[in-house]
Amino acid sequence: MTSDAELGLRDRLARLSGVKLLRGTRLSAEFERLQRQLERLKDDTSDEEIWQRVELARHKDRPYTLDYVERILDDFFELHGDRGRMDDHAIVAGIGKLEGRTIALLGHQKGRDLKERTKRNFGMAYPEGYRKAVRVMELADRHGFPLVTLVDTPGAFPGVAAEQHGQGGAIARSQAMMMRLGVPTVSVVIGEGGSGGAIAIAVADRVLMQENAIYSVISPEGCAAILWRDASQAKKAASAFRLDAAHCLDLGVIEGIVPEPVGGAQTDVDAAALFLRESVVSHLHELDGTASDDLRRARRAKFRSMGVFA
Amino acid sequence: MVEMSATDKVDVSIEHKQVTLDDGTVKKHPNTCPGCGSHYRDDELQASLRVCPQCEYHFPVRGLERIEQLADPGSFAEDESALRSGDPLEFFDLRPYTERLAEAEESTGLGDAMITGSALIEALPCRLAVMDFSFMGGSMGSVVGEKFARACDHAAADRLPLVSVSSSGGARMQEGILALMQLPKTICALEELHASGGVMISVLAHPTTGGLLASFASLGDVLVAEPGALMSFAGPRVVAQTTREKLPDDFGLAESNLRFGHIDRIVPRQELRPVLAQLIRLFRRTA
Ligand SMILES: [Zn+2]
Repeated sequence: MTSDAELGLRDRLARLSGVKLLRGTRLSAEFERLQRQLERLKDDTSDEEIWQRVELARHKDRPYTLDYVERILDDFFELHGDRGRMDDHAIVAGIGKLEGRTIALLGHQKGRDLKERTKRNFGMAYPEGYRKAVRVMELADRHGFPLVTLVDTPGAFPGVAAEQHGQGGAIARSQAMMMRLGVPTVSVVIGEGGSGGAIAIAVADRVLMQENAIYSVISPEGCAAILWRDASQAKKAASAFRLDAAHCLDLGVIEGIVPEPVGGAQTDVDAAALFLRESVVSHLHELDGTASDDLRRARRAKFRSMGVFA
Repeated sequence: MVEMSATDKVDVSIEHKQVTLDDGTVKKHPNTCPGCGSHYRDDELQASLRVCPQCEYHFPVRGLERIEQLADPGSFAEDESALRSGDPLEFFDLRPYTERLAEAEESTGLGDAMITGSALIEALPCRLAVMDFSFMGGSMGSVVGEKFARACDHAAADRLPLVSVSSSGGARMQEGILALMQLPKTICALEELHASGGVMISVLAHPTTGGLLASFASLGDVLVAEPGALMSFAGPRVVAQTTREKLPDDFGLAESNLRFGHIDRIVPRQELRPVLAQLIRLFRRTA
């Protein structure tokens, strides 16, 4: 190992320990596991390891937004519709109680069986879905409810009607709205963080990823088809992208990693929900009491600083 | 449209109508009009603002030439031209990203896919952020994001209107997730410009797709597009493959976007300069 790599590793570990990942000590085993995971970054993570995360992120039994909602929130009331045209079932939203106070939550929702997948359009939203998101963000802001978003989409839906209804503009406006919010915001990528369809609802004070979630600018398959001119090179593309949580933390794109049960969130949904709840609550606690202007200022400064150039 | 006879066609250099690429494929010469097949010398196209005099097809315009078309002669002062992209992912597909960057810089003479600076349009001071599609398909990575953000900062500080001209295939894949982060970054900078009372006029040239349409290009106070410009979040090929729908003939084009209410006006290139001047005058705060 070169000294450069050692320095890089120390820096990464320092950064991780600086991240208030979870409250309490009972999750220290997960913390250690994550440290080992980060340590492995010093060697090149193999294409195969990263691809395993892609497969877990897309696992058919992986918990979706509503699986977490029923385990994390009390008294949930679902909100429907964009107040203009329709209710997009690929994005669910509502208000509920988290540790006794009302929060607003919205997230992508994939379907479990064929019928529900069709209804949810595989978690790929139309512009109406993003307009529904914006309406719920406005509601949260108006009433001082913290906003939690759960990201899990292959991407925004690419279709004729979606374009005619203004997909690009809707995604842009949803991000702009998140920049304006005066309430604390936490986003967690819980599965696939696919491109513009994901960032549309992930411009938050704290952005987290579950251990086996992925976050990327284009799907590995899409990238492989364009850059390698061969969609079967998706594994190579996935590892070139560094789309796993540890690398996204390393790149400064996210603030923390939410542990999952060994083997992935689908092996024990209750445990996965507990970890998720702990992480979200701990980050919201840290943001509590910050003035709206300060929240906005810090959020904007964070996104303003992203990128690498000389 | 007026009917054309064969002799109307300007065709001075037939031998250059096709170019044969290294791999043997034959490509139409860039100065041959895809609309009507007329062929032009470069100085002819430059004089017509790269609009086909026969059929009004709008040829692509490079960044600096666009600025020449819009700004008063000699008024443009470029800034932030020293910015160069890093290679945060040490990205390597068929070739290293650093090699692609170096090659793009050599072939275009630009540091990245956006040129920014101050200028006068019909004697009205403004800031310009103009994209160049020939630099890696106009893709938006860290440098484009930073340049646009700084253009917003300058516009806010100098209390000048910002005119952006976009022409881009979307986010730059070689910068991975950091390219995606340029969407919120540019939106954030534009939010600050708007918060300061500033105005942004967004000109959408062919093509403005993907991450560009899902970020600052859609958020101008006024949106105008060039005739025939493709402006879609997902490209026609992706939509056709994913949905197996038959695409309408005007799928994603400026004309369709106008009909569905996503842009304010389609402005032929010859009118772009006076239209921008009119808008700058309208938004000018009277002292
Ligand atoms: Zn023509």
